[in-house]
Amino acid sequence: MTESVVEVSDLRKNYHGVEALRGLDFDIRRGETFALLGPNGAGKSTTIEILEGYRDRTSGEVRVLGVDPQRGGLDWKARLGIVLQSGGEQGNQTVREQLRHFAGFYPNPRDVEEVIASVGLEAKASTRIRRLSGGQRRRVDVALGIIGRPELLFLDEPTTGFDPEARRQFWLLINQLKSEGTTILLTTHYLDEAAQLSDRAGIVTDGLLVELGPIDTIGGAQARIPIVRWTRDGVVREERTERPGEFVARLVLEGEPDRLEVIRPSLEDIYLELVGAADAAAELATSTEGASK
Amino acid sequence: MSTATTTLVTPARTVTVGLSRVGYEIRSYFRQGDSVFFTFLFPLVMLTIFSVAFSNASFGKDAAGHSVSAAAYYLPGMLAAGVLLSGLQNMATDIAMEKSDGTLKRLAGTPLSVISYFIGKIGQVLVTGLLQAALLLVVARVLFGVALPTDPAHWVTFAWVFLLGVATCALLGIALSSVPRSGKSATAVIIPIVLVLQFISGVYITFSGLPSWLQNFASVFPLKWLAQGMRSVFLPSTFQAAEAGGSWNLVGVAIVLGIWFVAGLIVTRLTFRWIRKDS
Repeated sequence: MTESVVEVSDLRKNYHGVEALRGLDFDIRRGETFALLGPNGAGKSTTIEILEGYRDRTSGEVRVLGVDPQRGGLDWKARLGIVLQSGGEQGNQTVREQLRHFAGFYPNPRDVEEVIASVGLEAKASTRIRRLSGGQRRRVDVALGIIGRPELLFLDEPTTGFDPEARRQFWLLINQLKSEGTTILLTTHYLDEAAQLSDRAGIVTDGLLVELGPIDTIGGAQARIPIVRWTRDGVVREERTERPGEFVARLVLEGEPDRLEVIRPSLEDIYLELVGAADAAAELATSTEGASK
Repeated sequence: MSTATTTLVTPARTVTVGLSRVGYEIRSYFRQGDSVFFTFLFPLVMLTIFSVAFSNASFGKDAAGHSVSAAAYYLPGMLAAGVLLSGLQNMATDIAMEKSDGTLKRLAGTPLSVISYFIGKIGQVLVTGLLQAALLLVVARVLFGVALPTDPAHWVTFAWVFLLGVATCALLGIALSSVPRSGKSATAVIIPIVLVLQFISGVYITFSGLPSWLQNFASVFPLKWLAQGMRSVFLPSTFQAAEAGGSWNLVGVAIVLGIWFVAGLIVTRLTFRWIRKDS
């Protein structure tokens, strides 16, 4: 039940003397959806590209479907689905031609028409990819990622350029893939998306995993304490409390408060707090370093 | 769950997928307007220009004393240039572009074998090169009244020179595709090479009219030999006297093209990668 599909320990990567990854440890279990979150340049894409076999690590251990990605052969690749960040390909084929062609690479592909329908491109199936909008091209990328019926699906910012309806439809598709047992590694800038889709998340800042855990406990219990916010005499006041109802009841005794809100911190709030704290710590470290020189 | 996939890497499958890529590549090629013009139609345009511009000139006489027209004189050179464009120029710019626009990165993440990819590329060059040669021959015959050889021996020579030429140029194109730093600079790097080769190899200018040091220099490269092989097929035997050593030297054609074929194969084998890691 706890079979690991991805195993990463003490993963490090240096580019020309710069440490892009400074020792990451995490596992992804079979059937799980795991989100890798973090600001631009934190090391998310480097990590995912090492797992996909596109980059070589400097040190550490990595196993993807039991194989070292630096030695993954065609049989290994046939079990993966990869949705990269978007490229600028010519797009001279139609959606259907492209999917039918790629389906031929895999031993047990999905049905082409079903995949086209599942990404909502039925009306564009006979259109050349170059004539599609950015969001539609992105859906073709997703379709190409799942055409081979992967055991493990990598999604690197899959919904960039999607309109809200396309994003909802994409969430349905991911939930369907999850129900079929697909393991998914997701990176995204949309934290509502991460909260909606993933079981666990890791937050990377500056090449380190600063937080790792189930999506509904990430950041710790402290970070999830509700906030009561109201205004009195033109001043905004806040109180964090585990018992907001009781607190509001007492507040009301002093008269109806202005602009009363009870806020439950979203993943986004928690994330911003964690990333902000990490940034502040890094800044402090550099400034003390500078001072000591 | 995953034990059934070990049958993926079989020669039969590699060939089947490779053949499916031939159709895919040809479709892409003809849907790309600039490649159709600059590699497919270019020799035809040049043949037409030369044939019309020099329509009253005579380029020599055959054994029976008939005058050789401009179209007949330029046809072999244009066939050789077509092989060079469809093979070398097309492959070098096409693959450099695929490297920089993410096509190869996408393919690298799929179970497509490099061999299947190359079957697709070389198949595309072979088919488009054949169509191009057929078009040149038909236009030369029908529009400009060029008499084509009737004996099988000449066509056998044409077949092997063409096939060896296509294979060599395609491989050299693949090898050269790693030179340009980006897809955008590919045409700027490749086209001058191709153009200079055409001028010094007897495609546009009569080879025997070049200074001998330039003839010697051009003889290092395959196009000179490809054009010579084509002349042996389409020009009257009286023209043989104008060649170096007074002979078509088909053995030389086979040896030089063969050496470049092997060199292209080795360089491709050593340098081709789906992606540059850590670039």
